Amino acid sequence: MKRYRPVAAVAAAVVLIQLATLILGKGFYLTQLTMSAYYVLAALGLCLVMGYAGQISLGQAGFFALGGYTTAFLTTRDLTDLGGTAFFTVLQGLGLVIPKETLYGGTVIHLSPWVSLAVALILAAAAAYLLGVPVLRLRGHYLAMATMGFGLIVYRIVLGTRLFGEADGLVNVPGFALVPGLEVSGEMSSRIANYYIAWLVVLLVLVLLINLINSRVGRALRSLHGGEEAASAMGVDTARYKVKVFVIGAVLSALAGFLMTHYNGGIGPSEAGVAKSVRYVAIVAVGGMANLWGTLMVGSVLNFLSLRGVFGHYDEAVFGLVLVVMMTFFPGGILGAGTLRTFKVRLVEILNRVRRNRKEVIHG
Amino acid sequence: MADLLSNPGFNPILRVEGLHKSFGGLHAVKDVSFNVNRGSIKAVIGPNGAGKTTLFNMMAGTFPPSAGRVCFNGETVTGEKPFQMARRGLLRTFQNLKLCTGLSVLDNILLGHHTRGSAGFLGGMGASRKSRREERRAVEEVMPLLEWLDLTGLARTEVGNLSFGQQRSVELARALAGDPALLLLDEPAAGLNMHETEDLARRIQEVRDQGRTVLLVEHDMSLVMDICDEIAVLNFGEKIAEGIPRDIQGNEAVIRVYLGGEDA
Amino acid sequence: MGSGQLLQYLFAGITVGSIYAFVAVGYNIIYSATGIINFAQGEFVMLGGMLAYSFSRFMPLGIAVVLAVLLTAAFGGLMELVFIRRMKSGSVLGMIVITIGLSLLIREGALAVWDEQIRALRFFSGSEISSLNILGARISPQVLWVLGTTLAVTAGLFLFLKFTLTGQALRACSENRRAAKLCGIRTERMVSLAFLVSAGIGALGGCVVSPLTQTHYAMGTDLALKGFTVAILGGLGNPLSAVAAGLLLGIIESFSISLLPMAYKDVISMVILLVILVVKPGGLFGSSRAAALREY
Repeated sequence: MKRYRPVAAVAAAVVLIQLATLILGKGFYLTQLTMSAYYVLAALGLCLVMGYAGQISLGQAGFFALGGYTTAFLTTRDLTDLGGTAFFTVLQGLGLVIPKETLYGGTVIHLSPWVSLAVALILAAAAAYLLGVPVLRLRGHYLAMATMGFGLIVYRIVLGTRLFGEADGLVNVPGFALVPGLEVSGEMSSRIANYYIAWLVVLLVLVLLINLINSRVGRALRSLHGGEEAASAMGVDTARYKVKVFVIGAVLSALAGFLMTHYNGGIGPSEAGVAKSVRYVAIVAVGGMANLWGTLMVGSVLNFLSLRGVFGHYDEAVFGLVLVVMMTFFPGGILGAGTLRTFKVRLVEILNRVRRNRKEVIHG
Repeated sequence: MADLLSNPGFNPILRVEGLHKSFGGLHAVKDVSFNVNRGSIKAVIGPNGAGKTTLFNMMAGTFPPSAGRVCFNGETVTGEKPFQMARRGLLRTFQNLKLCTGLSVLDNILLGHHTRGSAGFLGGMGASRKSRREERRAVEEVMPLLEWLDLTGLARTEVGNLSFGQQRSVELARALAGDPALLLLDEPAAGLNMHETEDLARRIQEVRDQGRTVLLVEHDMSLVMDICDEIAVLNFGEKIAEGIPRDIQGNEAVIRVYLGGEDA
Repeated sequence: MGSGQLLQYLFAGITVGSIYAFVAVGYNIIYSATGIINFAQGEFVMLGGMLAYSFSRFMPLGIAVVLAVLLTAAFGGLMELVFIRRMKSGSVLGMIVITIGLSLLIREGALAVWDEQIRALRFFSGSEISSLNILGARISPQVLWVLGTTLAVTAGLFLFLKFTLTGQALRACSENRRAAKLCGIRTERMVSLAFLVSAGIGALGGCVVSPLTQTHYAMGTDLALKGFTVAILGGLGNPLSAVAAGLLLGIIESFSISLLPMAYKDVISMVILLVILVVKPGGLFGSSRAAALREY
């Protein structure tokens, strides 16, 4: 199927890059590449919102942190005290508790991450729904501000509550076992496996999003771009669709936060900050708003460089700069029509000049 | 007022009663009432600023009336949103073409088919069998429309690259793709030359022959007089005349308003 | 609560509320002239305080403040010239995104120049321990400076918008840009003026409250949000009701400390924002239709 070709290309690139790190002995790059995948996942969720609901969300980091903190909190609770209760017995019966040995020889009992996954996604969906329903029917800057407020609140709550680790965040988050033997965690031994898991998730989401865009719903979403009147007149409940898109975007971000937290073994309040939200907006805007591939490319590159510390102290500033510069001079984004045309024109100019020079040399 | 309208046996597909619309201090529409009979072609005419578009928008659900009632298929639908009206079987075109640039002709027309499908977000994402089957069926169902409007070869073309006349055809096809019981056409002849207007007249009649009802707002008198079963005339937001074309042509009040007739 | 304490809370609320008012007024002026929300509005307040602090190290306080205000105003105008003007044909969405990026850049720039230490401007009169006794409340004289400046700015703005030609031109732009253009009003100049004035007013606010609430490189974000809440509360496009709304929010927050833990003080403004957006997006003094019809 033609529409999946870019996905295949990305998959091929993923494999090639891993092999390259193997050959070049840069295996440690895989860690940052894995984390980049999760950030890209959150950015893809935002791409859906910005490109198809046509609104800016400055709260994507808030949903990311919601997912991460939910699982970090739930999976680090010791459930031993619940020992005899009916609730515990049910959980145990469903296989949702995991006993672990501590360093001191005792055992603690942790909640299975599958439970916290469900909780995280449901919470994110609920928050997005409650926020989206009233605000999405208003003009764009209202959602931008409201989501910024949401992100700030999440940030304040995790920063100021002892249960959530305050400034230090939460640590010692156990791995997330997908199947026995395969775990999302920071273990050195499973570094390569985790890299593929992360990018597999991204590829899967890409496939889902491509399917969506090419479906009946996707067509309605694409028609929202220039204005809602046409879509509305043709029977599309634009308000409900925008809310649904917003919820999906939030859930994807929460999923990314969830996976990242298990990979890193912890999470900190900085993941909820407005600065992170601005990063996601920058990635999507520079990638071309409704362009999944632009978001993927820009997101992977920028996040990888940022994680490798290439930007040093100016990490945040770089994203802001990229955003401002690109949006001012190339409002269509990096893969936008205007940008490509400019490059094409330049290329043609250069080729013409080369051709002329060669003619002069030959006939000269 | 034609006696036909007061015949209680008639079941008009659309009925508006006492519609009022004011924007701030401006009364755009004042106490307008009329019916649209099933299977007929009716036009609303009047000079610029008479309130035709405002009336139109109230019927289509773009904004609610300040007062009055709109009944569609016997049910009160006053104040319902456009997408709700579309689901009921009332579809419209726009005077200033609201096509989705960046999408192909086929995609634009398939948008009109939206209400006839039901695959949702989950079905779409998972490319479920039902969703794929629906898509195939949708394409099959709109293809005849493309053929009828000579758009088949342009199906994959991006809609912004079409000529104005072709874009108008796409708008019409899009509205028809939804299988409307009542089709609202907003100045469909605007910007069309004589040949294109003749084609349009023929097509509107063919639409009517399919069992649909057509209501249009129009300036082009020849088109209106040619194909309409009934005409309502607005001036300064009020209905000043209503009846069959011959009666309207002879109506003194109408003549005065138009100063002897006018061409678009 | 004794009347003295009551007044204490009231004055504290008015002080903080004044900053919100300054930010909100800035939003309104730019929104009126351009239809966009300038996310960098809070940063102007921060810049005013920081610049004044740096200048006051080797300059008399009064001159430092004036210079800080002028420089920030110029900065705002420059920002408009370089970034906003180019985007004329671009989408409003894109312009908002740019102001978001700009606010981040300004914040990071401030971090580089002034690092993350908290700075505070010298008290305009007296010092941090001097206090006046007003009706039983102990108030710093700086509060009077804040009140005075707020009143002066409000009155000045009112007179400017109502009676001067430029002010009326600005109002015309906000009502109907195209009509204003047709009347010969140079709308581009109005936009530059809007940014200049907004930045200047924000900076002035930042200077006058700095001794009391201190200045920090990251304070702009919070202010942006709260200022926006206030602007919406007062009705977008109405700079004067923004002042009233700002003081109102400040007072509400101030009194909330006696009821809720301090950590939740900021949550209040967010809740108010959401409630207003749901119930009456046009604000307390505006119309709902105006909020919905705004071009975007």
